[in-house]
Amino acid sequence: MEVAIAILTGVFFLVSIYLILSRHIIRVLLGVAMLGNGVNLTIFTAGRITREIPPIIGDDATVPLEGIANPLPQALVLTAIVIAFSFFAFLLVLVFRTYQELGTDDTAEMRDAEPEGEASPPLGY
Amino acid sequence: MASAKKSDVNLENAMVMADPALADWLVAAPLILGFIFGAICLMQRKNVLLQTRIALFGLLLMLIADIGLFINVWQNGTVVMTMGRWLPPFGITFAADMLGATFALVAGIVGLAGGIYALSDVDSTSRRYGFYPFLLLMLAGVTTAFLTGDIFNLYVWFEVLLISSFGLIVLGSERRQLDGAIKYAFLNLVATTLFLIGVAYLYGVFGTLNMADIARKAPALQEAEGPHFAIAIMFLFAFAMKAAAFPLNAWLPASYHTPRIAVSAVFAGLLTKVGVYALLRIFLTMFPADRDELGAVIAIIAALTMLVGALGALAQTDIRRVLGYLVISGIGLMLAGLALGSETGISGSIFYAAHSMIVMTALYLLAGIIGRLMGTFDLHKAGGLYQASPWLGALCLVLAFSVSGLPPFSGLWPKVLLVKGSIDVGAWWLAAAIIVSGFLTTIAMVRVFSFSFWRTRAEGLVEIGPISREGRIKLYAALGLTALTVIAGVYPEPFIQVSDRVAFELTHPQTYIDAVFGGNQEGGGQ
Repeated sequence: MEVAIAILTGVFFLVSIYLILSRHIIRVLLGVAMLGNGVNLTIFTAGRITREIPPIIGDDATVPLEGIANPLPQALVLTAIVIAFSFFAFLLVLVFRTYQELGTDDTAEMRDAEPEGEASPPLGY
Repeated sequence: MASAKKSDVNLENAMVMADPALADWLVAAPLILGFIFGAICLMQRKNVLLQTRIALFGLLLMLIADIGLFINVWQNGTVVMTMGRWLPPFGITFAADMLGATFALVAGIVGLAGGIYALSDVDSTSRRYGFYPFLLLMLAGVTTAFLTGDIFNLYVWFEVLLISSFGLIVLGSERRQLDGAIKYAFLNLVATTLFLIGVAYLYGVFGTLNMADIARKAPALQEAEGPHFAIAIMFLFAFAMKAAAFPLNAWLPASYHTPRIAVSAVFAGLLTKVGVYALLRIFLTMFPADRDELGAVIAIIAALTMLVGALGALAQTDIRRVLGYLVISGIGLMLAGLALGSETGISGSIFYAAHSMIVMTALYLLAGIIGRLMGTFDLHKAGGLYQASPWLGALCLVLAFSVSGLPPFSGLWPKVLLVKGSIDVGAWWLAAAIIVSGFLTTIAMVRVFSFSFWRTRAEGLVEIGPISREGRIKLYAALGLTALTVIAGVYPEPFIQVSDRVAFELTHPQTYIDAVFGGNQEGGGQ
């Protein structure tokens, strides 16, 4: 099971890196979203995958049963999903506003903050 | 709901039963204050005047809490608090050692200075759009990142400060800002995601996220299987990107000159240093053995970062962009101490980090003042300030000397420590890089000074008026920070004492582990 999910995670990373290397900002954004999901799968797999016994302590017991599923990675993934989602939402708006303002989604043409062919600093006066 | 059987369990094996001492609450105070005041400011965001007063009061309280925490840690050693009473490593631990407390204190000072400066720099529209709430939340995120003892929690605080900084950087929505924000946002998000991948692998190998617990288990796993070294490299990559170390520095000069000057100043003072803090914490407290392996690599990165930063500063015409490159150059110096790994070197790094937080913020604030007076940040059009305000020239020269590491200001002493540390281990080339980068920084800064102050004002430009009444507030913020660098330069003894103690604690991670686990060395982990 771990091996299969590890391969799936690899595919996620592959796709996301390919997308992030694009010049078009919307693809970069999709790549970042994929990357976040790949990381979530990584955390999930790192916690070892077992599904037979739920991590619940019964009324008549004081300790959980042997070999329960690990609940911690799920808590971590939940946190990471929330964070990744809020960042995605922010970046989506930022990208859209930038597209409206600059009229391009090509990173090579976004040169407002660092204009091309800026004059060298003065050497004397 | 709870069954009666629960009462049979002896809770003392799993939980902290004693109430934490009142002074220990100071560990959580910056977080609580930042969030409460941030929330109140958000509710009052339409009432600009009231919101501003509440925010400044909150920033002041945070600074007071930081001072209290620092004194407490200095007197009683590492202060530990575990959330939900679960014994470490199960509960999330907040642990303030000297490193965290020192950085938190300086962050509090920088935050307050930024907040005061913003009184006359940030217009009421930007304040309505949430300048002060974002500032408070970002400061809470930064400070708590310095104080947390749990690596996943560190990730959460990174994200808190990152999302707040996104809010700050786009305030105003100018074209340049959006362009800068895109680069800043994407590259920083990728860096934190890489950090999270590292955390995932770390959890897979160690089965714990508590920093002290990892530090305790790391030596045993050193020889064992597991991608231990790969995790260390992953963290190095992620945090070098956050700290804007060469060759991962592209995002910083692309974005730091675009927002409001108060925002740039606080960013320059705080954000990259969180990356440096994380590197120190991970490579000195958690993985000292990997630091020994990677020392040479970090040394090369450090030397290149300080030289590239200084050379970049020389090639800029915009004063704010000169400063952006100087921030990068300073990061190189902080990494140099980490690369050396000796107590002298680390002490130099810590002192330099504190110095850099104060001085870089002050320089941005000063750049804001002179930029407003001259009506431009462009060196081609600069000039005539000396006639208008000679005292401002003195302030600029003090800060220029300080950032270049010239006596008698605070940049000198950490550089002395770092050069001494380098020569002690025979790394003459690192010592040379430190001195050459200082020399290049001097040229870059003195050029800014001579063009804006000594050169006569070009024909056809508006005369420079006197500093307005509101402008004085800006001057006070910059003056306060400058006073600190002068004091630390003239009387460095107490500052070196603090950084020496930080370095001692960092090179002896057992003190941190003992403090977190208390008398309960065997407890937990089972």
